[in-house]
Formats: sequence, C-alpha cells, structure tokens
Amino acid sequence: MKILVAVKRVVDAYVKVRVKSDHSGVELANAKMAINPFCEIAVEEAIRLKEQGKADEVIAVSIGTKASQEQIRTALALGADRGILVETDEDAQPLGVARILKAIVEKEGIDLVILGKQSIDTDNNQVGQMLGALTGMPQGTFACKAEPGEGSITVTREVDGGEQTVELKLPAIVTTDLRLNEPRYASLPNIMKAKKKTIDTMSPSDLGVSIENRIKTLSVEPPPERSAGIKVESVDELIAKLKTEAKVI
Amino acid sequence: MKVLVVAEHDNETLRGGTLSAVTAALQLADAVDMLVVGAGCQAVAEAAAAITGVARVLVADNPAHEHQLAESIAPVIAEVGKDYTHILAAASTTGKNVMPRAAALLDVGQVSDIIAIKSADTFVRPIYAGNAIATVQSEDPIKVVTVRTTAFDEAESGGSASIESIDSVGAQDLAKFVGEELSASERPELTSASIVISGGRGMQNGENFALLEKVADKLGAAIGASRAAVDAGFVPNDMQVGQTGKIVAPELYIAVGISGAIQHLAGMKDSKVIVAINKDEEAPIFQVADYGLVADLFQALPELESKL
Repeated sequence: MKILVAVKRVVDAYVKVRVKSDHSGVELANAKMAINPFCEIAVEEAIRLKEQGKADEVIAVSIGTKASQEQIRTALALGADRGILVETDEDAQPLGVARILKAIVEKEGIDLVILGKQSIDTDNNQVGQMLGALTGMPQGTFACKAEPGEGSITVTREVDGGEQTVELKLPAIVTTDLRLNEPRYASLPNIMKAKKKTIDTMSPSDLGVSIENRIKTLSVEPPPERSAGIKVESVDELIAKLKTEAKVI
Repeated sequence: MKVLVVAEHDNETLRGGTLSAVTAALQLADAVDMLVVGAGCQAVAEAAAAITGVARVLVADNPAHEHQLAESIAPVIAEVGKDYTHILAAASTTGKNVMPRAAALLDVGQVSDIIAIKSADTFVRPIYAGNAIATVQSEDPIKVVTVRTTAFDEAESGGSASIESIDSVGAQDLAKFVGEELSASERPELTSASIVISGGRGMQNGENFALLEKVADKLGAAIGASRAAVDAGFVPNDMQVGQTGKIVAPELYIAVGISGAIQHLAGMKDSKVIVAINKDEEAPIFQVADYGLVADLFQALPELESKL
C-alpha cells in the first residue's frame, strides 16, 4: 500500500499571532514556523502503518513556497520515504490544494491519503472532503482510529455526540483528529538520514493544475478584547455576584 | 438570492444548529428553502416546515441515506444546490464533513464557520483559532457556507412551508456505516446549554469530574473539558471545548482548574459571563474571566455545590 501524507507549513501552535497594522493579514515575518499539528498526526499514522508492515511507501507532500521544504524534511526525519514539494508563491486555497493532491494521487497510484483535519492558520477543515469529491474516493474525516483491512480501511470518527465507525473502500482518504496518535520526535540519526532522502520539486502547472483563488480576504482584524473582571474572595461572594450582578443563575 | 439550508438531523429530530443556520440564511433572503436528506425522515421535514422563514422543504427520503454518510448525501446537496446562489449548513461535525464535499462537486470553494454576514458575497470568520477575524469575499457563483451556530440565534417556529419529495441518487459502495457510540446523557448538549462548567488538567483525573457533575446537576449545566484534560485521558474528546473541539457561547461558563491556553479560549471566549476557579492566581484564564476565584478546586467545588 502506498500512502500520501500532506504537510502544511504554518505558524507554530504556541506562537501568539498578531494582526498586521495594515489589516492585510497576520504578522508572520519573524514567527517560528512548524508542521501543522494535525498534519504531524497524519505523518505519524502513516509511519506506524509502514512499521506494522501494512504500507510499503510513505510520500510526504507540501504545497507552498520553497521554505516548505523544511516541513517535508521534518516528515522525512520522522520516517516518510520521500518528499514532493509543489512550489508556488500563491496562497493556495482548499479547492486548489485538493486539485493538486488529486493530480499527485493519480500520478503516484496512491491507495491511502492521510491529511490533517484542518490547519491551525486558516481553520478551514475542507481539503480532505474536497479531495474525496474530486477523486470519487470515500472519506473518513476526524479519525481517532484507522485500521486497514483487505481492500478497505475501518475508521472511527469523532462526531458531535460521540464516535461513528465507517468502513471505506480503498483507495480512501482519512483526516486526523487529535486522539488518533501521539506523534514521535525525530531522532538525531533520523534527521541526518533524512538529508539524503529525495524531494522532487514541481509547480502546480507541471501537474496540470491552476490555482485560482475565488475567495478573497478583504481585511483581517484583531478579535474584540475581553477585559479581566474582578477577583472574588469566596464561594459565597461568587454566588452572590452571579445572582445579583450578572443575573445568570 | 436563492438560499438553501441543509438540515441536520437524526431522521427523527431536527438539530438546533440548523435553526441558527436558518437565521443566517434569512439575512440573505426573505425566505429560504430547506433540504432534508435522510431515511424515514418525515418528522424532520415537518419540523423544518414549521420554521419561520422557510418557504419550501425538499425531502430526499431514501433508505440509502439512513446514516447520512458524506459519500451518499453530498451528491444530493450538490444536485439540488446547483440551482441556488447560497447553500448553508451548521458548522457541526456533520456540516464540516459533508459540505466541503458538496462544494467541490459543484466546483466552488467553501467559506467555513462564519460568525457574521456583511453582504451576499462577504462574510466574517475567525482564523488562527479566533486570534484574528477575517472578512472574506467569495467570487464563486454558488456560495457554500457553514455557520458557527453560537454566532446566530435560533430561528423561531411559526411557519408553514410546503413539503416536496424529491428523487435522489441512492446507493453507493464507497463507504459503509459500521456503528456508532453516542454518549447518552441527561444533561443539556454542550453547544446549546445556557450554562457550561468545564474542567482542566487541574481536575487531576477522570474520577474527580464527579465534583463538576454535582455542581452541573444543581445548575442544569452541560459539562466540558479543556484539551489538556482530554489529552491526559480524563474524559472523552466529545467534551472538549476549544479550537480543536467544540465552540460554546453560553450565558455562563465556569472554568475549573483550566489555565486558559489560547486554544481553549478560542472555544469559549464569546460566553456572556465567564467564571474561573484556579489556585494559580497568575493563570491566563483570569484575564478573560468576569469573576475569578483563586482557590483550591477540591474545596471550592463541594462548597459551591452545597451553597447553590
């Protein structure tokens, strides 16, 4: 089985982002960048399947500027076999990303695509589902468990009221939720080894895909501030405030 | 404007989030249509027809849609939706699962999780876990939009829409429903409760959540948790409040033993009144709390329960 995982370069999850003063976006100039945490879970899941002998090859793809190579290298250090960088300076939106992934899925003959359920920058939560529509593949979104069988994969999904389990015919798409696994850290020897692994670079047009963004960002504002209230001294005072001042109980 | 709202339901009852999506839709048009896709879902169609502002309810009732898998219902949404200018649904796990698949079938993008509508093509949505608010404009001929339900009131009942059955593509062999495990609870649902009490890593273990339950029983509250508490294995993930869990905006939110990581604040900072109980007076949660109590939760919770 051949697995494709996608990794997105995003601002590190622990960095507090600030909106640019011209409201065109958020300030990323000197921010620490990292693999999107959900993509990291996708990489880990793919590597585990390979370690269990259920997958033959894990390919890590990233779509973005040259700098995204860094995130592909991280995926390679974690255990992916080779990388693909689809280089573009355009800020590809989910439909464009799904089109690029479709081209790679077809070119490489992929059996299983594992993606993060959302990226922590744009918070769209769309690519896996869109790729499903474009390829006609089934989708196991928000997965907390994924077990490949004969020609299929059984996926347990996090849904609002609890969990739902579905059986998907391969080739299929899985998008990761938090509890699917706990990603490992790359060891130094593996980081060294990863430097020898290959990364193919191509452009969206090499894949016959044009990125056309039809959703424009007009402005980005900081969220309304919520100011700190008061400290109460006791449970009694708290109850009194909630009853007489806030009137919520 | 021709606006379609996709109903979320379990074949018997209409989920509350759909009513919020209708309210959002009614900012785009005076009357909207609703699509109900399911199996044996007549009761849902009737409930939908009774919502004020709904003109027409289209029902695709087909045994193949029993579990509303994305592979089976996204094609129906796309087929019906192609005649509309806007297709809206609640940004619940169902809407998040199905709507992007329908959008891509229509060859259009999706605007996820909107919190306000500026005009027919311009929407407001949080990005970076709510640390920035983006205003976006869609140039797609059909706008596929999911709605953050806490940002829109629920539409009222009082309508009498017509109900029309439609034929739909049925069977597919891509995905098969195997089973589901839904947490049965007497408590109100987390996303629609008017009071939510949540525990964090400070609860120390899952058993201690019983302390929260006792207070919740007194208040008629739903129980939530921080991602730290979920990651530590104290409670299941469907209780998680935050960027990667559920977004809540109750009248009263009580955060107990929660430090207040950005990712948690993203899920609850629109609550009307926030109470924080934490023994660390430097905890960031106090910066957003209306009322902060610096105390050991193992003393404060039993006291709170006995005095409520």
